[in-house]
Amino acid sequence: MPTVAPVEVGGYVVRAGFLNETPFFACGNGEVVLLGAAPRILTAHQGGILAAVPTSKADCLITSGDDGRIMKVGSEGELEQLAERPRKWIDLLAAGPSGSVAFASGRTAWVRLADGTEKEFAHERAVGGLAFAPKGMRLAVSRYDGATLWWPNTAGKPTELSWKGAHLEVCFSPDGKYLVTAMQENALHGWRLSDMQDMRMTGYPAKIKSWSWSAKGKYLATSGANSAILWPFFGKTGPMGQTPLQLGVRGDSLVTAVACHPAEDVVALGYADGMVLMARFEDNAEVLLRRPGKGPVSSLAWDNAGNRLVFGTEEAEAGVIALQD
Amino acid sequence: MSATQSPERTQIPVTVLTGYLGAGKTTLLNRILTENHGQKYAVIVNEFGEVGIDNDLLVESDEEIFEMNNGCICCTVRGDLIRTVQNLMKRRGAFDAIIVETTGVADPAPVAQTFFMDDDVRKASRLDAVVTVVDARHVLQRLADTSEAEDQIAFADVILINKTDLVSAEELANVEGRIRKINPYAVLHRSERCAVDLKTVLDRGAFDLDRILSLDPHFLEHGHHAHECGPECDHDHDHHHHHDHECGTDCDHDHDHHNHHHGHDHHHHEDPHSVKSISLVAGDLNPDMFFPWINQVTQVQGPNILRLKGILSFKDDPQRYVIQGVHMIVEGDHQRDWKEGEDRSSRLVFIGRDLNWDVLKQSFAACQAQ
Repeated sequence: MPTVAPVEVGGYVVRAGFLNETPFFACGNGEVVLLGAAPRILTAHQGGILAAVPTSKADCLITSGDDGRIMKVGSEGELEQLAERPRKWIDLLAAGPSGSVAFASGRTAWVRLADGTEKEFAHERAVGGLAFAPKGMRLAVSRYDGATLWWPNTAGKPTELSWKGAHLEVCFSPDGKYLVTAMQENALHGWRLSDMQDMRMTGYPAKIKSWSWSAKGKYLATSGANSAILWPFFGKTGPMGQTPLQLGVRGDSLVTAVACHPAEDVVALGYADGMVLMARFEDNAEVLLRRPGKGPVSSLAWDNAGNRLVFGTEEAEAGVIALQD
Repeated sequence: MSATQSPERTQIPVTVLTGYLGAGKTTLLNRILTENHGQKYAVIVNEFGEVGIDNDLLVESDEEIFEMNNGCICCTVRGDLIRTVQNLMKRRGAFDAIIVETTGVADPAPVAQTFFMDDDVRKASRLDAVVTVVDARHVLQRLADTSEAEDQIAFADVILINKTDLVSAEELANVEGRIRKINPYAVLHRSERCAVDLKTVLDRGAFDLDRILSLDPHFLEHGHHAHECGPECDHDHDHHHHHDHECGTDCDHDHDHHNHHHGHDHHHHEDPHSVKSISLVAGDLNPDMFFPWINQVTQVQGPNILRLKGILSFKDDPQRYVIQGVHMIVEGDHQRDWKEGEDRSSRLVFIGRDLNWDVLKQSFAACQAQ
């Protein structure tokens, strides 16, 4: 039987996850809750935390806030300021290879390398999202009317991917073959990077705010509908012409957060009413993990082993769900 | 397993502050931020410039106009506002209301449309009022030179005529007359150095249509309407939820939210003084006539309609129906039961350019129930 251990948090949960085995909750009130051997509440930002992302090794958390700071939080509660842009709201973050961090505000993105050097990447229109490629030092910046692929370590010209409209969040497929953006319209856009083939994934009643690649990158699970929508990315043409899986269908609430299990073909879903369940790809079998609460689930994440799941909501609720006692 | 809806959450009121450069927006903003009124505001400014206040909820935002991918030229929103409002929602509880200051030359339509068209913004916040500050001394010249000044007045729910000490009584009357001609439905206040009671500017519930429509000179005889709650913002906005998920290479998606329509003509009038308003009155309406009509009107004349607002009475419907719109966006919802003894008439107001008033009047009248 799954058990839910509630965790007290002081605000909107911007991101929940694990630093190694330590659950963390980064909250809108500027605090990071670390549930290590001795639980800690750290004030990482003067104002609020706008974005948080674990480093690629998942040993530290990078946070950014409306105080213009980018902070690194260690699993033992160590705090270090990595960068600062006074008076800017830093609301986009990505963690890259070898301790690099990308962050953005307005139309500008920056990459900070582990040695502290910073590079600036200016765009003509608003930056919507940041993502590092799975291999190599390559940064994707989604923006209005497309995306730009930068090589931060070389002075070469960036690759421009064009598609009209406002592109928000961006991610690479784990094999690096596809780039996917969530748009201001309720749709995903994708590019097959080998030939820049465009793909549109539509049919959502709401914006896609959460996504997660399944084990081995077979499916991209997404929020934004009354079930999790999982697009197949195996095969030569990816999702083109394919029907996605629809898991955890409910008539009365939209899926707001998704997290694929690290090993099994199972996805955890959080809904607008706070319910959390998991569903198996094969037969859509569902297990209820948390009953509805006060507000939409804003973040969900599995630990490395896939035994524990953390969740947080917009209404300052959070918890750790253990699948086994 | 019993499922429950997520509880209703309060929408944060948003005041949009517009006005031509030098009209006194910053002065008003500084007053709002320094006066002791017990409210905490998050403020979105276009430039930190002269806002001399250290407020951690003060953010600079570069105007980012997003066109919606539906081919409709007037369906634009402010991407920067969507982003900032979403960021503010992570600190819900740290403030009571939001103020958006626009640049002097900003088009108010995308700002207002953001609060209708973006679902996340609608869920989190509601447009309380568009407040336009005008400089009594220069506004007539601005109106002659630009269309932005006229748009800002046309969009306003509240107009602050500032710097009245710099003009004569006659000039002031002239200015007021000119403003009234563009927008007779806004509440006018006069001020020197923006010294007004802030209660007259903030938390107006300007979408309380009762109040707006009661200001229409034609309706004054019906007496005063008490302040009531505004229309519940549970807008019924014709989402076509395409639940057939598909992936293709083409962009031929039918993005038909909010009754947007295309294929309009764009008549640009050379005369910048062309914004006018009209109020239409009818008895009980036939909804089967009215909805196709309003869709068609906004489809064809959307670019010329700056704002529309109305309270409607449908035949055999115990509830009042409220409607409002910006350009091609129209949305409406049942508001509350008609009260006993209340005048059950349908009232609709348009503010716009180059609209054929006679045709509108006749076609609206044709929507009356038999």
